[in-house]
Amino acid sequence: MLDTTYNVETPEGIDLRARAAGPVPRILAYAVDVFYRSLILAAIGMGLFFAGFAGAGIWLVCAFLLEWFYPVFFEVMRRGQTPGKKSFGLMVVNDNLTPVSWSASIVRNLLRFADFMPFAYATGVISMTLGRHFQRLGDLAAGTLVIYREEEKAPIALPDTTPLPPPQNLRQQDQQALVSLLERHEDLSEARQRELANLLEPITRKKDSDALSYLRSVGSWLLGGRG
Amino acid sequence: MKQRDFENRYRDSWEQLEAWLKADRNKSEVAALDLPVAYRNLCQQLAMAKERQYTNRLIDHLNQLVMAAHHRVYRQETLRRKGWLHYLLAGFPQAVRANSRTVLLATALFLVPGLILGIGTYNNDALVYAVMSPDQVMDFESMYDPSNRVLGRERGSDTDLFMFGFYIKNNIGIAFRTFAGGVLFGLGSIFFLVFNGIYIGAAFGHITRVGFISTFYPFVIGHGAFELTAIVLAGAAGLILGRSLVDPGQHQRTVALRLAAVEAMKIMYGTFLMLVIAAFLEAFWSSSASTPIAIKLGVGALFWVLVFAYFILAGRREDANHAN
Repeated sequence: MLDTTYNVETPEGIDLRARAAGPVPRILAYAVDVFYRSLILAAIGMGLFFAGFAGAGIWLVCAFLLEWFYPVFFEVMRRGQTPGKKSFGLMVVNDNLTPVSWSASIVRNLLRFADFMPFAYATGVISMTLGRHFQRLGDLAAGTLVIYREEEKAPIALPDTTPLPPPQNLRQQDQQALVSLLERHEDLSEARQRELANLLEPITRKKDSDALSYLRSVGSWLLGGRG
Repeated sequence: MKQRDFENRYRDSWEQLEAWLKADRNKSEVAALDLPVAYRNLCQQLAMAKERQYTNRLIDHLNQLVMAAHHRVYRQETLRRKGWLHYLLAGFPQAVRANSRTVLLATALFLVPGLILGIGTYNNDALVYAVMSPDQVMDFESMYDPSNRVLGRERGSDTDLFMFGFYIKNNIGIAFRTFAGGVLFGLGSIFFLVFNGIYIGAAFGHITRVGFISTFYPFVIGHGAFELTAIVLAGAAGLILGRSLVDPGQHQRTVALRLAAVEAMKIMYGTFLMLVIAAFLEAFWSSSASTPIAIKLGVGALFWVLVFAYFILAGRREDANHAN
């Protein structure tokens, strides 16, 4: 229940990983979409205000299209993201993590009404909470999934160090620990890093910034740097 | 191989792929790329990176790149034009025939309450008030009162357009809900079919009883051919969803639902189109009072024959070919 990762094996034998999005961000995203939709409708309404009865007819057609096809349009044409989903970093995908198709998007959005029953998306929220991957009924029928879109991370600049070989053969785990200390040099405060480095004092026989720079050097060597 | 060497060796190809993925609109700027090959190589590199336990950051980065490329490689074909034509000429009626038992069930759920209420309100003055409020009945009567000529052409064409918008939003919304309700174990579809049957049956019975036949029937017969059939078909599509949950057969329920949704959508696309046709007819044809009643009844009857002939006959030849 707490593990929201979703794995799919592609034909190439690669495990794709994604994180399924829970009810709260989805409800918020939906609220944003409702806001935009009302805004669009209001704008169209003002534009058609002077067209009289005929304008009202066109407005009703627009209201119909927005009600049922606004999400479909964005999900298919904008890579699975309605404006609301975009603002919360969510996206809709097929459950094999491919981009959502027209038919799947239409199904999940037509069935929105059932998820709404009896009021305020009660059925949808119950279905999301009970299922493994937070799928509402529309998602289950369409075979779709709402996931977090991973943010692009800029490659980190590693601190400038002269690589040094480790004093002895380190186990894989220890190597990884050293490398991730190096990787996280910008996320952790300098003091905390020194504190962590001091934990290894019995082995490195160094303290504070000496210890830290030594560990960084070793980490850099492990990553493949040579002096 | 140390991670740094690994990164140095492949960095160029990753950056190339990234640039290609980003520049989707104006491809001319970017060098041509054999996406499947690049994708497979990338997959292999990710597998290597995982196997060699390189850092999470690298693996995450490759994973993201794989995901983006995967999206591109497996992007599904959008609708083909030929597919649409084939669907209209054969696929839609074939889907309806393939689910004829469900369609008949939906018809019964709609027609039986309709007939009961129709006959009931025709014979009993008070029964219509069990379905509608007195105000609604009044409105309804004045709409079809032959002495009241509001229905006629003096209603301007801008009113026609307004009514078109209203029918699109209202009637198609009803049909979509009738369908969507099916995923609640069929209960929603059953409810809307029976409810609409009761309501429409009561309206028919009452108007016939009051005697406004000469305005009411010419008005409803034309678009009714499309609208009433479409409501029944939307209900049938919903029942297909519901059945998959009540009786999933040899599949898991979620799998059964998925398969049923594909089948149901074969009916829903056509239903949507029929409802658009119905809205057009209702707004621009049914309402015209200048057309003689006989012609409207005749054309309306023709529509019914056409709709039935379409569902019974269209795409038959192809069925036979498949059977051979």
